[in-house]
Amino acid sequence: MTLGDIGVPVPSDSSGGPDLVQLLTPEGERVHHPDYPLEIDSAELRDLYRDLVLVRRIDVEATALQRQGELGIWASLLGQEAAQVGSGRALRPGDMAFPSYREHGVAWCRGVDPLQLLGLYRGVDLGGWDPKERNFNLYSIVIGSHTLHAAGYAMGMQRDGAEDAVVAYFGDGASSQGDVNEAFVWASVFNAPVVFFCQNNQWAISEPIEKQTRIPLYQRARGFGFPGVRVDGNDVLAVLAVTRSALEAARTGQGPTLIEAFTYRMGAHTTSDDPTRYRLASELEMWRLRDPIERVKAYLSRSGEAGAAFFESVEREADELAARVRQGCLDMADPAPVSLFDHVYVEAPEHLQRQKERYADYLDSFEEASH
Amino acid sequence: MAAYTIAKALNEGLRRAMEDDPKILVMGEDVGKLGGVFRVTDGLQKDFGEDRVIDTPLAESGIVGTAIGLAMRGYRPVCEIQFDGFVYPAFDQIVSQLAKVHYRSKGRVRLPVTIRIPFGGGIGAVEHHSESPEAYFVHTAGLKVVACSNAVDAFHMLRQSIASDDPVIFLEPKRRYWEKADLDLEMTPDPLHVARVVRGGTDVTVAAYGPMVKVAMDAATAAEEDGRQLEVVDLRTLSPLDTETVVESVRRTGRLVVVHEAPTTLGVGSELAARVTEEAFYSLEAPVLRVGGFDTPYPPSRLEEDFLPDLDRVLDAVDRSLAF
Repeated sequence: MTLGDIGVPVPSDSSGGPDLVQLLTPEGERVHHPDYPLEIDSAELRDLYRDLVLVRRIDVEATALQRQGELGIWASLLGQEAAQVGSGRALRPGDMAFPSYREHGVAWCRGVDPLQLLGLYRGVDLGGWDPKERNFNLYSIVIGSHTLHAAGYAMGMQRDGAEDAVVAYFGDGASSQGDVNEAFVWASVFNAPVVFFCQNNQWAISEPIEKQTRIPLYQRARGFGFPGVRVDGNDVLAVLAVTRSALEAARTGQGPTLIEAFTYRMGAHTTSDDPTRYRLASELEMWRLRDPIERVKAYLSRSGEAGAAFFESVEREADELAARVRQGCLDMADPAPVSLFDHVYVEAPEHLQRQKERYADYLDSFEEASH
Repeated sequence: MAAYTIAKALNEGLRRAMEDDPKILVMGEDVGKLGGVFRVTDGLQKDFGEDRVIDTPLAESGIVGTAIGLAMRGYRPVCEIQFDGFVYPAFDQIVSQLAKVHYRSKGRVRLPVTIRIPFGGGIGAVEHHSESPEAYFVHTAGLKVVACSNAVDAFHMLRQSIASDDPVIFLEPKRRYWEKADLDLEMTPDPLHVARVVRGGTDVTVAAYGPMVKVAMDAATAAEEDGRQLEVVDLRTLSPLDTETVVESVRRTGRLVVVHEAPTTLGVGSELAARVTEEAFYSLEAPVLRVGGFDTPYPPSRLEEDFLPDLDRVLDAVDRSLAF
């Protein structure tokens, strides 16, 4: 490679390029990849389909709840279901996941109740689940900051002699953050058991991938000294196989891997965003043809591994789940005002206790005045 | 009982802590073979191995960020930031993560991380090696901030900070690293978060911390020759601030001068002035006066003695307080 070769910006290739790992085409055809063989039975396939449909349904319901004023904001995962379910289902119970703030599909795979995700976006808490119970860390909103926590956590696993691994989720925008690059360095030089899972959904709010990089993101790994793989992020089977392989490498002392899940953010960045200002409808249409759920449905139908009764039962389950999520959200009460003082410290200092007591007295004074 | 420098006392504190708890790690730039640029971690890697005394890549955000991850896994990392002015690349990890994870997680996740920072000036260094960043951290809920001024506190306060389940910013007075004191390793120390009256007096209370405690003590000695009795308080803990000890002192003296190297505006002295005014208004004979660094960037080292509070500036403030 000469300087001239690398000196020219690489235009983004919306097809994902020749290195893209794919096991299920957008049309629902099973294809094979020499590096990523995948044995999967019908029941597992149906389970993956069910996951995909349910997480999309949660997402759609949450968006509706935001539009109705029940959530302050929502970051939709629409279009990224396969990237999240495929990688989430590759994890073992002992593995630890460090999400960003859009990993509702991974949360689902880790057994986090969707209502606990909604709590954060409704504003009743900052993360309601127990990271240790679920091995799913709380959402991280400062872009890329948690990748360092993932690297550190993986170093801890190493010291514990655990045969587990860590996965860190982030996006194409985050790949520009210093913390992410530092996490790459740490994981690399300490050979830490961490998989960096980048969902390249092509857009960082309004900025296209070309604003973050001039080479495909997965190729960056090489410069840090570990492998990078680009996988079809809308192909749940390929994501499952590639993530399993990377996790296994991490668990067996082969260090980190960067997975670039090539996908697309079908919705807005969040409910506060208006993507019509910066991208074309034709792009959306092109990606709609690569839908992560339709291809699994096509395959299941064509192969006869699932029929109408199955698809209907999943739809029914999705409706019931959505109804439960909706009602649970409406029932979510605001926390008590003085609870804002809780858990600032393990050992709360006296002055903070006093602030809390004074504020409680202040609130009581209104109660008394109204009687 | 033996004489220890502050640096040696810190080294002994780290060593004892690591002996007692295998989850304690030391991490930072050059902390391994070199033993740190100030030799505070000297010999630790040889005795505890590279898995527990970790020479890190040269990136402060990475040091603190990975320490957070290690703490989430059950470790108790002690990070060294090589110099005060280099803590800012780690600012986001400290302020947005380290300080907030316990709150965010409703108390489910504790981050017992200690961040050691050699701070303050007076060593003739180049830019970024002489700063006093404590106010940023005191302003941040979720962090505890302490500053030792002598070898005895260096040893015991460091051990207490490492034992704390809350994150602690541990400030070390770098220009005093080589000053000695008799240290009893086995004594029962004062609690971490209390200030201490280090010299009794009746006329003016002078509160200081870290490297300025010695300046305050020297000022008290000089004032005594003029027949003035200064009471000196070593604040020791900046977050939480032990207001009570200072207020008690002010109730006796009626006057307070606060001394620190950090720029005066919105420094620890400002908060102390506000609190003492609230709690001891009727005891005050004069407004609380602050003697601090000027509201400028840290100057070139040939000018640092003009920037740093010294004995004369403290006595000048004492005069102004008494003249009020």
